[in-house]
Amino acid sequence: MIDKRVLNADVAVRDIPDNAILMLGGFGLCGIPENCISALLRKGIKGLTCISNNAGVDDFGIGLLLKTRQVRKMISSYVGENAEFERQLLSGELEVELIPQGTLAERVRSGGAGIPAFFTPAGVGTEVASGKETRVFEGKTYLMENWLRSDFSIVKAWKGDAAGNLVYKGTARNFNPMMATAGNITIAEVEELVEVGELDPNEIHTPGIYVHRIFQGANYEKRIEQKTITKN
Amino acid sequence: MLDKVGIAKRIAQEVRDGMYINLGIGIPTLVANYIPKNMNVVLQSENGLLGIGPFPFEKDIDPDLINAGKQTITMMPGSALFSSAESFAMIRSGKVDLTILGAMEVSEAGDIANWKVPGKMVKGMGGAMDLVASAKNIIVAMQHCSKEGASKLLRKCSLPITGLGCVKKIVSDLAVLDVLPSGGFKLLERAPGVSVEQIKNATEGRIFIDGEIPEMVL
Repeated sequence: MIDKRVLNADVAVRDIPDNAILMLGGFGLCGIPENCISALLRKGIKGLTCISNNAGVDDFGIGLLLKTRQVRKMISSYVGENAEFERQLLSGELEVELIPQGTLAERVRSGGAGIPAFFTPAGVGTEVASGKETRVFEGKTYLMENWLRSDFSIVKAWKGDAAGNLVYKGTARNFNPMMATAGNITIAEVEELVEVGELDPNEIHTPGIYVHRIFQGANYEKRIEQKTITKN
Repeated sequence: MLDKVGIAKRIAQEVRDGMYINLGIGIPTLVANYIPKNMNVVLQSENGLLGIGPFPFEKDIDPDLINAGKQTITMMPGSALFSSAESFAMIRSGKVDLTILGAMEVSEAGDIANWKVPGKMVKGMGGAMDLVASAKNIIVAMQHCSKEGASKLLRKCSLPITGLGCVKKIVSDLAVLDVLPSGGFKLLERAPGVSVEQIKNATEGRIFIDGEIPEMVL
């Protein structure tokens, strides 16, 4: 067993330089690496490219890094719910590349699977297709999309062990498994760092080979964006 | 004329037993409330769940369980969880039987625009482009006209396109219409109290009206 454990978030992100390309897991505020985002804030590195389905909200998630102007470019599928984001986008301070969600997921998956490009029907005939190669397969037009890879992928899991094996919970899985595979260095923060052997090998979502650093996270807020309930 | 609930109720009549269904944000989400209880359908959430259940009771809220609209939800017995890549794999490969989503504009060729209004805030397309490019059957829930009275059922979309030639059926506040494979809107039903003339006047694209058009039954 190769021990991937590090002490905490600050140690895990210690060597992320200015202008790094990052992938950050999560959908909305669900399954985001809260501890590492805080550590990036403390570290104060700038010029980051963040590949993440969303950009957080004004005062949580990646929104915190936007506020401190640490992000130069966002690559996302949906960036609503963030006024600071809107301001920086309209003023030209922030570069944004919007990608259809399934294409984003598959580009990241491809990056982690050694597949440099693939064809998808999403975006054909739209502005997303501009400048991209198209090809017809069995009478339908598809768009060529390239893989995405990162300098550092930062993911959040429910449970993990020292070997870097990860298990996610609920819909907090989302982009985390693919991003874990597409990082030159992959950092995993987990709610429960368990002993090696405790996780059932049959039920591991991300095999440890993809993970380079893992640590026990702390003080998870898990903020809810849209609280909807059934009244008694 | 139908309100949002009326549109959702009418769309629910298109649901068939055994369907896997993806519901978009807004009116489409309401459709879930009107699917007959004796029907077995599975709702897909593109953030990685098959088997969306009702909103939780306050005490059962789980921040790790949300739908694509980021609302807290529950899971039905027999649910399955998966990654975003797997979610769109099942969408692109045509495993989802029915996709219901909102639109700002639909053209008579079945083109849909629902992701961007130039000059205003651009929030992104989310999963809409993937869904419309691959879904076998797309029903659009929409207002027939803008607040200013301009038709949203057009010859050509004026807003940036989400997908080409993909809409099969529209349920608006005024009518149910099919998009014909050869182009044009075929009027199928009128909303309660709405005349054929009103629908005609509210539709800029070509509209085909054959014989007596029944009023919809809700």
